[in-house]
Amino acid sequence: MAMKEVVLLDSWACPFSMRVRIALAQKGVDYESKEEDLLLPKSELLLKLNPVHKKIPVLIHNDRPVCESLVILQYVDEVWNHTNPLLPFDPYQRAQARFWADFIEKKTFETTQRVWATKGEEQEVGKKEFIDHFKFLEQQLGDKPYFGGDSFGYVDVVLIPFYSWFYAFETLGDFKIEESCPKIIAWAKRCMQKENVASSLPDQEKVYEFVLAYRKKLGVD
Amino acid sequence: MVMTYIKVLGLWASPYSFRVEKALKMKGVEYESVEIDIMNKTQELLDSNPVHKKVPVLLHTGKPIAESLVIMEYIDQVWKGEPLLPSDPYERAQARFWAKFIDDQLTPAARTAVMGEGEDAKKAREAAEKFLKILDEEIRGGNKLFEGKAIGYLDLVGLVVTHWFPVLQEAAGKELVTKDDYPAIWAWGERLLGCPGVKDDLPPWDKLLPFFQLTP
Repeated sequence: MAMKEVVLLDSWACPFSMRVRIALAQKGVDYESKEEDLLLPKSELLLKLNPVHKKIPVLIHNDRPVCESLVILQYVDEVWNHTNPLLPFDPYQRAQARFWADFIEKKTFETTQRVWATKGEEQEVGKKEFIDHFKFLEQQLGDKPYFGGDSFGYVDVVLIPFYSWFYAFETLGDFKIEESCPKIIAWAKRCMQKENVASSLPDQEKVYEFVLAYRKKLGVD
Repeated sequence: MVMTYIKVLGLWASPYSFRVEKALKMKGVEYESVEIDIMNKTQELLDSNPVHKKVPVLLHTGKPIAESLVIMEYIDQVWKGEPLLPSDPYERAQARFWAKFIDDQLTPAARTAVMGEGEDAKKAREAAEKFLKILDEEIRGGNKLFEGKAIGYLDLVGLVVTHWFPVLQEAAGKELVTKDDYPAIWAWGERLLGCPGVKDDLPPWDKLLPFFQLTP
């Protein structure tokens, strides 16, 4: 089976996949997207290309797979280094970007899970943790337009996909994120003004429908 | 008054501190090593790493960098000489992938398997054994990142498995990474010990054992 030079094993609702879509769009890379349905059992292709984690996204470049979204982002940045750098050039700024990306990687998804994949008392606790987490990120943002400073960069790419799930969080949790974290919402809207970001993120209401179906699959509802 | 140009806040027994100090040594960089008592953290540590409050932290002309993998990438970018990461982007991606696997998947599972109790420890053991098998098979498959001819980023990360896990096991009295079950991982460890300066610089088992036996 002849594949295009760049193939992305993708899933439209997956925040980790969205990161890679944004990066490829920033770099102007032409690629083929192969959709994995998260509501169905994992495909043969996915199991073959990511035997260790069995998760999307997987970037396949010249028939070689790269797994883990942050690893893929850095790979894309290094291979297509002629335009739109994701990571800052300055070593100290670069280290800070890596540090915050790692922090988001370790905490954010898990924190959001405690809102969208739970109910009742557990969800109430989850909501509080969610707000605390995003308030903390808001402090890191400060008065900067983006996490990277004046330009949209690596940390913004890593975090912004979660914004497409905000409607789902707010509806399921019955709360308004803007009330507690107005700067995060302002930052997100600023990012969404970028064509590469807007075209890479799904419609929030469609995501909500997906999350409802996924909750059923997980046995939450 | 001379301001120390490069400082590492670390702990002699920590595999994460070791990585950073060894990386600096490999680059021929002179630095001051500040030993932190983790039961009594200094204000300097808390100010330099307010998010995690952990060692190691690299202070370069006062600017702090935390998280050992982030620090190693920083060291590799700032100081030329002995490269830590491969130059080819695909190999770099592989090195980063396996480093994350070891740090984020394998090590937490192994730690809970060996030092935890009850159901948590049992579940963690299943996970750790699965991850160890994956790593062992990858090494056995001939991935040249595990060659161990010259020490690099992934090797420095891997020492937590090959040098520290055996000592943690012994301290806890629970077996996990045995030579019989994971021969390729052990062989990797032996290759690493054979690299120049590694054996001499590593904290020896006879000092690590009492340290981990005392630390909860």
